[in-house]
This record gives sequence, C-alpha cells and structure tokens, in this order.
Amino acid sequence: MSLDPSFIGRTYPAAEVYEVGREKIREFADAIGDPNPLYRDAAAARQAGYPDVIAPPTFPIVITARIGEQVVFDPDLGLDYTKVVHGQQRFVVTRPVYAGDRLTGVLTVDNIQAAAGNDLITTRVEVTTEDGDPVATAYSTLVARGTSDERDQ
Amino acid sequence: MTATASVAGPVPAYDSVAEGTELAEKRSRIRRADLIRYCGASGDFNVIHWNERAAREVGLPDVIAHGMLTMAKAARIVTDWLGDPAAIEEYAVRFSRPVVVPDDEDGAELLVTARVAKKLPDGRVRVDIVARTGSDESGWEKVLSMARAVVVLP
Repeated sequence: MSLDPSFIGRTYPAAEVYEVGREKIREFADAIGDPNPLYRDAAAARQAGYPDVIAPPTFPIVITARIGEQVVFDPDLGLDYTKVVHGQQRFVVTRPVYAGDRLTGVLTVDNIQAAAGNDLITTRVEVTTEDGDPVATAYSTLVARGTSDERDQ
Repeated sequence: MTATASVAGPVPAYDSVAEGTELAEKRSRIRRADLIRYCGASGDFNVIHWNERAAREVGLPDVIAHGMLTMAKAARIVTDWLGDPAAIEEYAVRFSRPVVVPDDEDGAELLVTARVAKKLPDGRVRVDIVARTGSDESGWEKVLSMARAVVVLP
C-alpha cells in the first residue's frame, strides 16, 4: 500500500509541552556513550555560559519523534511501521536544549513519495519554547521498505 | 590540535582552522545492550532494534542499531573537537546502510572519521563526517552518507 499523498502540507496543532529534565539528558548521554560534562554537570554548564546542563545535538529527536507519531501512526496515512527505517535526519539549531526547558513543536508533512519500491515520508518539526522562542528544527525522512504499490503491481 | 576536549572550550578559532584538517578518529562498539538502553532513553522501541525474529521477518539480516544512535555517536567526533557541542548549528545525515548488531560479546564496531571540508563565511565551517562499520580484518562499509555538520567558530 502506498501512502496517502493528501497528507502533504498538513500541519498539526502545537504538541503538549515537554519538560526537559537533567536526569533525562544524563540518561540520553549515557545511552549514546558520551561523557561530556556539559551534559551532566550543571556547574560546568553554567561556567560555560549556559543556564543548566545542555543536551547533546541529537537529543531533540526524543521530542520530535514523539510529535511525529501524530502522522506516522495515523492509520489513514497507511504506513507499516514494522517496515520503517530511518532514511535521513537533519537538525537546524538555534540554541541547545537546556534542562528545565519547556518545549513544544509544530509538525508539518513536507513530502510523501514512492521510490524504488519504498514509501518515503518527510516531516518537519519546529521546536520552540512554550513562549514561542525558536530552539531547533528537525527534518526526518522515514522509509517503509518494499511497501510501495510500485513493486506490488 | 589539543587532546583535552572533554570540558567546554576553547573552541578552535576560525582563523586557526584549515580546509582538509582531519579530526581525531573515534571508535566505539554497539552491542545489543546499548540498543536496549537507547530504546529506553529515546523512546524508540521499534522491534527491529531489539527483536531478531521481527527484524528477519521484515527482511533485515539481524537486529539493527537505531540510525539516531549512529548519528549521535558520529556527532561526537565534532563535539569533542569543538569542546562546546552548542557550536553545532546544523547537522544532517543520510542513513545509507544499517548497522547490524549481532547477539554476541563484540557487537558492531563503529569507526568515525571527519575533516574540515569547507570554510564558509561568517565564522562557519562545514565538517564532513564518514561513519563505517566492520573491522580492520574484514574491511569497513559506510553507514552514513552526506553526513555534515556546520559549526560556528569564534
């Protein structure tokens, strides 16, 4: 089954606020195997000019992937999540994420296409503070392998 | 280049950086337990990252690492060089090949290299990153393509 192209251009309401915790950042830094003290030590982060510990550059995915589920798991889209792998990812960063941030994000479907028997969906999540100050934008392309009608037919 | 990159700064000065400069390579291992840990930390519990049967059912050779785990580990070559990870303004990758993680003690090895590809205006520099999996004995295969970071230097 191919994806429903009418989803292209759809924008979703701002997501529920996500409050970034110090221990979540530490847990994420541990999981990626990065001992950088700026991810763990608030005093070191303050000394470097930040209000609290900062999160690693890819941390926004924790927030943006959840926001992306609004479309990814929408049965009307027709995406078989068991066949999904990550195709591309890009972050454009205004400032790092800090512990204590209260973040939200607006999801937009930038593109849907079929290529080489695969279905591709590209989404954009613009992450801001709850007051609307920009933090980062995450662009994700997910690939459902071998699900496109191109091959089925 | 100094080897003391663990604490913030000093970020390398724009004028001190030349195109073609190679960053210090990074090697790390990804084992099954690391995938479970990343599932929990990231919230991405896709079965292909922890269940061999499910991975094979959808045509994968075995459990594969989260692309985002590979992307995070590859970023470290840049953040350790910078000292301050916040100097990254843009970071993008294509996941060209999965990192297959066998159920054994060794797991998969990730080898990351990078170089300063281009000096851009306004203190910006583009770093091109290459991430490979494999071993020195069996050879290495690229798992990321077009992996690039744009960083802002003082």
